[in-house]
Order: sequence, then C-alpha cells, then structure tokens
Amino acid sequence: MKRRDFFKKGLSAGIIAGTAITFGKYKNLFAANTLPPEDTFDLVAVKGGEPVEMFDKAIESLGGMKSFVKSGQKVLVKPNIGWDAVPERAADTNPSLVTSIIEHCFNAGAKDVYVFDNTCDQWNKCYKNSGIEKAVKDAGGKIVPGNSESYYQEVEIKEGKKLKKAKVHELVLDSDVFINVPILKSHSSTKLTIAMKNLMGVVWDRMYWHRNDLHQCIADYTTFRKPDLNIVDAYNVMKTNGPRGVSVDDVVQLKSLVVSKDIVAVDAAATKIFRLEPDDIPYNTIADEMNIGNKDLSKLNINRIIM
Amino acid sequence: MKFHALKKLRVIVSLLFFLLTAFLFLDFTNALSCKAVNTILFLQFVPSALLFVNLLSYTAIGFLIVIILTLLFGRIYCSTICPLGTLQDIIIYLSKKLKINKRFTYQRTYNWLKYSVLIVTVTTFLFGNIVLINLLDPFSNFGRIFSNLIRPVYLFANNVSVSVLELFDCYYLYPVNLKTFVLFTFIFAFFFLIMIIWMAIRGGRIYCNTICPVGTLLGIISKISLFRISIDESTCDGCRACSLTCKAGCIHVDEKKIDYSRCVVCFDCFSSCKSNAVKFKFIFRRKKKPLSEKEPNNKRREFLITTGIFSLGLTGLAFGKNRIEDFRKTNIPDNKKYPVCPPGSLSIEHFTKTCTACHLCVSACPTQVLKPSFLEYGLMGMMQPYMNYFKSFCNYDCVVCSGICPSGAILPISLEEKKLTQLGKVNFIKENCIVETEGTDCGACSEHCPTKAVYMVPYKDNLVIPEINQDICIGCGACEFACPTKPFKAIYVDGNPIHLKAKKPEKEILNGKIDYEEDFPF
Repeated sequence: MKRRDFFKKGLSAGIIAGTAITFGKYKNLFAANTLPPEDTFDLVAVKGGEPVEMFDKAIESLGGMKSFVKSGQKVLVKPNIGWDAVPERAADTNPSLVTSIIEHCFNAGAKDVYVFDNTCDQWNKCYKNSGIEKAVKDAGGKIVPGNSESYYQEVEIKEGKKLKKAKVHELVLDSDVFINVPILKSHSSTKLTIAMKNLMGVVWDRMYWHRNDLHQCIADYTTFRKPDLNIVDAYNVMKTNGPRGVSVDDVVQLKSLVVSKDIVAVDAAATKIFRLEPDDIPYNTIADEMNIGNKDLSKLNINRIIM
Repeated sequence: MKFHALKKLRVIVSLLFFLLTAFLFLDFTNALSCKAVNTILFLQFVPSALLFVNLLSYTAIGFLIVIILTLLFGRIYCSTICPLGTLQDIIIYLSKKLKINKRFTYQRTYNWLKYSVLIVTVTTFLFGNIVLINLLDPFSNFGRIFSNLIRPVYLFANNVSVSVLELFDCYYLYPVNLKTFVLFTFIFAFFFLIMIIWMAIRGGRIYCNTICPVGTLLGIISKISLFRISIDESTCDGCRACSLTCKAGCIHVDEKKIDYSRCVVCFDCFSSCKSNAVKFKFIFRRKKKPLSEKEPNNKRREFLITTGIFSLGLTGLAFGKNRIEDFRKTNIPDNKKYPVCPPGSLSIEHFTKTCTACHLCVSACPTQVLKPSFLEYGLMGMMQPYMNYFKSFCNYDCVVCSGICPSGAILPISLEEKKLTQLGKVNFIKENCIVETEGTDCGACSEHCPTKAVYMVPYKDNLVIPEINQDICIGCGACEFACPTKPFKAIYVDGNPIHLKAKKPEKEILNGKIDYEEDFPF
C-alpha cells in the first residue's frame, strides 16, 4: 500500500467512524468484533425446567449474556408488570426469571440495570404484589416508576403506518441495552400478548393505539426500537381470561421459555407453544410483512432444548 | 406553679393530634394501617358519634369519652383533640409572633346564634339531612382544608423532589399526579380557611364559640363539669393578664367570672397569671352560679321559636331534595341514572346520610378514584365523595376506604365481600365502540375487567367485540376508565342506589395442570 493511500483510507475510515459516533450509532462500529459466529442460533426454545435453569441454558447457547451486554453499559429490563396479581396467577412475568436476568446482566459487566412498566392496575400495587419489585431489588437492579407522564418523551416513529408519534419512557431512550421479558398470556383484544405487545408498557398513551388499529400500532411501534433480546416467560401460562385473569384456574403450566433477538420470531414460536398459529394473531402477520422480523420458523436456526 | 405545666402538656398533646391527623390527609402512600388511622381518629367527636350510631360498637365510643372528659374538665377536646382548634391556635400564635394581634379581651356571647346553629344542625340531622354537619363539623372542615388545599402543595413538593432525585439516578420517591381536584371543594375549603384565619386573628376562637356545633354542645356540658378554672378573688390583683391572653374571650375579670360554655381549657390563663389566682378547682368546694342564668327569659323563648321555625323549614328542604332520583336525567349521552358510591357504603342513601365529607378517603384512595362530588349526589350531598371512573377505577384487591372511614359512611368490608359487592352495573353502547365504528380490534374494557363481566365475542371480519354480563359485574369502573373512545365512552357503569351482591365469576375448568407435549410444536 502506498503511503498516500494509507492516509486516504485512514482519513475516510476516521470520518466514517466519527460520523457514526456523532450520530450515536457508535456501538455498531464495534459490533463486528462481537457478533456471534455464523452458526449461532436465531432462536432458543427450552422446556421442562424451572424458569431460572431454563434461562441459564438458553442464554448459554446464545453465547452468554456477554453477547448482549458489555461492561459498563446501562441495561433496561422490561418485564410485564401490568396487573395487581400474585405470581401464581401468571398475569405478570415470573419474578425469579427477572432476578436471574438481572444477575446475568451484572455478571456480564452491566453498570446499572433498570426495570419499569407502565402498568394497567395501580402501579405500586402491581410492582409489589407481582413480586417483581423485590426480585429487582434482590438482584441489585433499580425499580423505576412508570406512572407519570413526566417520565415519557415524545418520539417520531418514522416507519409507522398508523402510529407516527409516541411518548416513550426515558429509560428506553437512555439505555444501551434493552431486554424485553414478556409473559405469554391469552389476551381479550389481541388474542395473545407476548413480546411485541409487551412494548405497550413503555409508552404513555396506549389508548391512542386502541383507537387507531391496535394490531397495526403494535407492529408500528416495534420499528422504533427493537429490543436487543426478547425472553418469553411461558412457564405458567394464562390460557384464558387474559390479560388480567380472574383466578389461578386460568393458568396452566407449560414450563417453557423462548429467547431470540428477533421479536417476530419469538412471538411466532410462543404463539405455537400456546397452540395457535402465528397468522392467527394479526400483529404477527403485519410485523412480518413490514420486515420487522421473521414469523416463518422453518427458515430459522432454532436450538430446541428439552430438560 | 404546678398549673403552668398544664399549658405545655396541652400544647404537646394538641400538636401530636394535629400532626398525626394532618398527616393522614396528606399521605398518599398508605403508610399507616387502617387500625392506626382508626386509633388516631378515635376521639374525633362528630365522626365517632356517627360511627357509633351505625355500628353500636365499643370501637366507636370515642365521642362518649369526649363527653366524659368534658364532664370532668370542660372543653379540653377543643384545645387538644380537635385539629381545627389547634389550627386556629397555630394561627393565633403566628399572629402574635408577627404582631398582627397581640391581645384579646372579654367578648360578648352570641348565644342566640350558636344555639340556633346547634339546634338546626341536630334537628336536620335527625330528619335525615347531614348537610349542616358537613358544612360545620370542625374535623371535616379540617380534613377538607388539608385534602383540598394543602395536599396539592404537598404532592407538588413531592414531585419536585422526585425530579431532583432523578438527576442523581435515585428513584426512591415517585411522582403522584392529582386526579381529585374539584374547583367547588377547593373554593369552599379556601374560603373556610380564610374565614378561620380572619376570625382567629380578630378574636381567637370565634368559630368555636359562635358557629361550631361541637363547641356549642360541649359548651353546654362544660357548664356542669367537675373541675373548672376559676379566679381566686382573694389573690387576684385585677391585672387582666388572663383576660388579655384568653383566645376564647371568656374571662370577665371585674366579676372574676369565667364563661364555661366558651372556655376551651387551653390553660393559657394559668401561665399568664403572675399572682397565681387562676386555678383549677373541684366544683363541690364552692358553688357558683352559671353566667347565663342572669339572662332574661323572654330572649330564650324568642330564640327557641325562631330556631324552631328555621329548622322546620330546613328539614322540609331535606325531604324535598335528599331524594337521589331527581338528578342526572337529561342531556347525558351515557345515560347514568345514579352516581357510584364506594364499596362498604351500602347504598347511596346510607352514604349520603352518614358522610361528613371530610375527604379522608379521597386522600387515602390509592387509585384516586374517589373524588369530591359537586352535584352528583344532589345539592345536599355536595362534596361527599363519589367514584369517578373518568380518571381512574376501583382497585379489585383494595378496601382501604372502608377501613379508614371515620364516620361509618363507608362501613368496614372484607376483601372477599368487596369482590362480590356490586356498586353499579356495566352498560355497553355498541354504537360508540371502536370495533363497530373503526372496524379494528380494541377490547381495552375487557382487558381491565377483573371478573370478566366484560368479555369479547366473535364479530364480523375476524374481529372481537365486547359483550357484558351484569350478573358478575361489581361496578369497579375499570372498563369505563379504559374505554378509549371520545368524548363519550362506549362502556360505562351506572350506580346501584342500593349495593347488590354480584354472582361469582364462572370458572373455566382447564384440563389438568400440565399441558405440554414432549416435543416443540415447531
């Protein structure tokens, strides 16, 4: 290489890097070094174990939490804490799973791990009775309120068809890593709530979604910021009367867990575990069409673990 | 000299009652248990008397203890237990410190006024109208001042602290957005506070001695109390220090007499007297004629006649207006016939006849669904709280209001009972529903319903639409709150004038606990 070319290339690389950093996407620059090898799985499904054991297996097969969380990073873990219900009712994400995820994050070097949800029932009762507040504190994470509009900032959703703007919790905007931890449940309006639907808990005005084609809005919002990792809790599953449920009689034990970076794939797999087809849920179909992710599980490299 | 300590004791006890009671009306965290709240408010006269009428239980004999205390020592209630009394004392203290008003003098009494107020209040109450108690009860007025005026300031200070702490990445506190603001109650509480401040600065305990029905009632009992403050004629040098410090204006130095019906037993005169002539005396040592006996008899007769006529008129008003059927009839798109009153309040009639509108439940309700009413219960029920499903809904697993209501307007109810108590019934307006008007899925109402009284059924184009089952509806308002349509909701709760028992939600029996195959379905 000639001396002049070397300088030229160095300079242009510098400009590109600089630009990338200025535009806030500097993480992508270094991502190449940390991308998992080619034969890595697109999706991991585990069944037959306890929530924590299943998650240990799943995250291990994806290269450990280190593949997602770097040292010193700020992590947001978003479980479903929507309802004032005890863990046995399976209306909210399993607290032991939340603890385990936070611990994995800290072990990978996370600086801070935050947890919040914009709940449906009275928020502090949800936090407390779901057991998640304690789970987060036990693991050393920070439980943050989501009950006031003051926490939410308006963002533009460029690729949204119906949802063009939304007020999003500041932690979604501030965090380096976003881990989505929904629980698989039946749902009276969208049939199922899994990963995409769980993101309704990071915005302020959900009623706008309900007024303006709910399924389309759910898909639209996903284009704003896809979670870096989706972990679907399907250990105890509310088979009927969801999303709130009436009693423990609504719950069956499926002892399953699905993990993927692809939010559509993880929803498709969880839908099948619920004994429905991905296309039964309109937002799955819409999201797939919008190329948000892949609902066709046959095209994915899936690691199936039975414990 | 030993009497001087009494004032200190009185100040400490009164501040204790004041601060604890004030905290109850400000706290939004439900920091204290219902039992603690009940203990703190046990001696509040009007709520306790009302609770006793409703429960007939020893747990509500606070007012009897107050009467016994009054029989023994006079109106010490007014100087220690009554939070509005202490609020006035604080205002008086400040006005002295700020040199706005430094001294009081002996005042003439307005017997005709205070006795007519008492008689009219009691009579109208006996005829089933509580409105005068609501307007005049010192505890309830104190509650309204703190709940409607001070609480918003308290919440604002909290929210500012939240923002500051957040800068340091601390989320220990959380913000609370006030949902219970009602202009009318705000204005009422505001003007009441201004009036109290003005009266207190101008002449001390004017409110307590001319308007307050509790003060007047205890004043009557005080006239026969066993221990009384008296002036020792042999040692008094007539310096008037006691009279100048007396915020009740009830010491007549020249005659060496004290009007016991107005004395609030604050012990300020003890501290002021340099010659130790003011003392607590046991009544049987020396007989004294009550001051009022000197008044001519025809005045009394006159007064009885006027108040009699006046109260009769007011009870007529009560009969005419207290019926709940005569409002919310016209121009209402959701066709609500009745407001919804909180679980445990049995019926709108029981609630509106017992609630003194102190707004303790408004302050304590975790979801802020309880809101002071304006005309929802009619003119006579103004300020009594109702369930406002526009801004919030009743938490399924919560009975806080029933545990703390000091008057028994909301009677204690267990969580199991509450979950089967139907406050109102759900109604669905299909023509307003998103699924019908927009042709898209919604179902927010059904999502929030805790009993599945609102459930989704198949509709055209693979959609689902709400259907309702009023039998298992408990009227919590979650559906109405969640319904996203504007300006009128597609689903709403119409109150039950008398609370009913809801049926238990039906259980769908699922086949076995474990429902998975060995392999994955993909």
